[in-house]
Amino acid sequence: MKNIKFLLVGVLFGTVLTKTEAVSWFRIQEMFRFQSFHMYGIIGSAIAVGMLSIWIIKKFKIKALNGEEIEIADKQFSKGQIIGGTIFGMGWALSGACPGPLYALLGAGYGPILVVIISALFGTWLYSYLKPKLPH
Amino acid sequence: MLDLLKEPWPWYVSGPIIGISIPILLIIGNKMLGISSSLRHTCAAVAPFNIQFLKYNWKSEMWNMFFVAGIFLGGFVGGVLLNNGEAVKISEATITDIQGMGIQSFEGLIPADIFNWNTLFSLKGILIMVLGGTMIGFGSRYAGGCTSGHAIMGISSLQWPSLVAVIFFFIGGLLMTHIIAPFIYQL
Repeated sequence: MKNIKFLLVGVLFGTVLTKTEAVSWFRIQEMFRFQSFHMYGIIGSAIAVGMLSIWIIKKFKIKALNGEEIEIADKQFSKGQIIGGTIFGMGWALSGACPGPLYALLGAGYGPILVVIISALFGTWLYSYLKPKLPH
Repeated sequence: MLDLLKEPWPWYVSGPIIGISIPILLIIGNKMLGISSSLRHTCAAVAPFNIQFLKYNWKSEMWNMFFVAGIFLGGFVGGVLLNNGEAVKISEATITDIQGMGIQSFEGLIPADIFNWNTLFSLKGILIMVLGGTMIGFGSRYAGGCTSGHAIMGISSLQWPSLVAVIFFFIGGLLMTHIIAPFIYQL
């Protein structure tokens, strides 16, 4: 099955997020209060490695395993990054988790997190429904 | 070795591993790291209801569903198999602040006195779990991504709209943490 490799990368990703406590409500509180470097170190070093990797891929025109050119689609700017971004940030701080950590916390056995995930699905659906009426 | 893995992983180990998942996904499948899209694919699969934004071939995005299923399993590996049973070592200042919010349980990754089935049937629980979750889903889709797609993938690929999104993620987060959440957590 061709998708199994993505499952394996996900397992690595989820294990790391959990063991480094980036999924922890406590760490998110600490981050938004600027009381530890931990979360900033994680995000900062992830970006540094990501940036360097993408530079190398572009510089040496590294191809994907299936032979395709690697494509990185441009993100289009819209008012959504401002309005939606603020709403997302508020939700992140209120629940103490963003989408990746939500899946990992459920896997770690925190059952009530399922409510947050279902609510996030509802929020996504609500956005989809209201999209034509929202400023972009 | 197993004992070492059970210790909390420092940022300089975890951050680079998270970063390296970007080229791994690009090379193995020409895929861009992103997690909140999985919420959209689920909506498209389960409740499209003729909504334009949910009418697309979600089946071609199955890789993303496998990726988040992996994150779920990773949560089990990290949170159960490699669990050392110790509380998260946050700073003293944070402990004091959190106690001030009325939280007494410092065990595990999230406070049990908030995230339990009983709290869910109170205004506080509904706001934190249901409203918070709804804002996470609504806001990330409106912004076109979450922490993974914008903060990590977007900034790594030098996309300025992602930087704008991340700045506003923080504005929203600071606003909630310092001004609104204290009231909600005191309910």
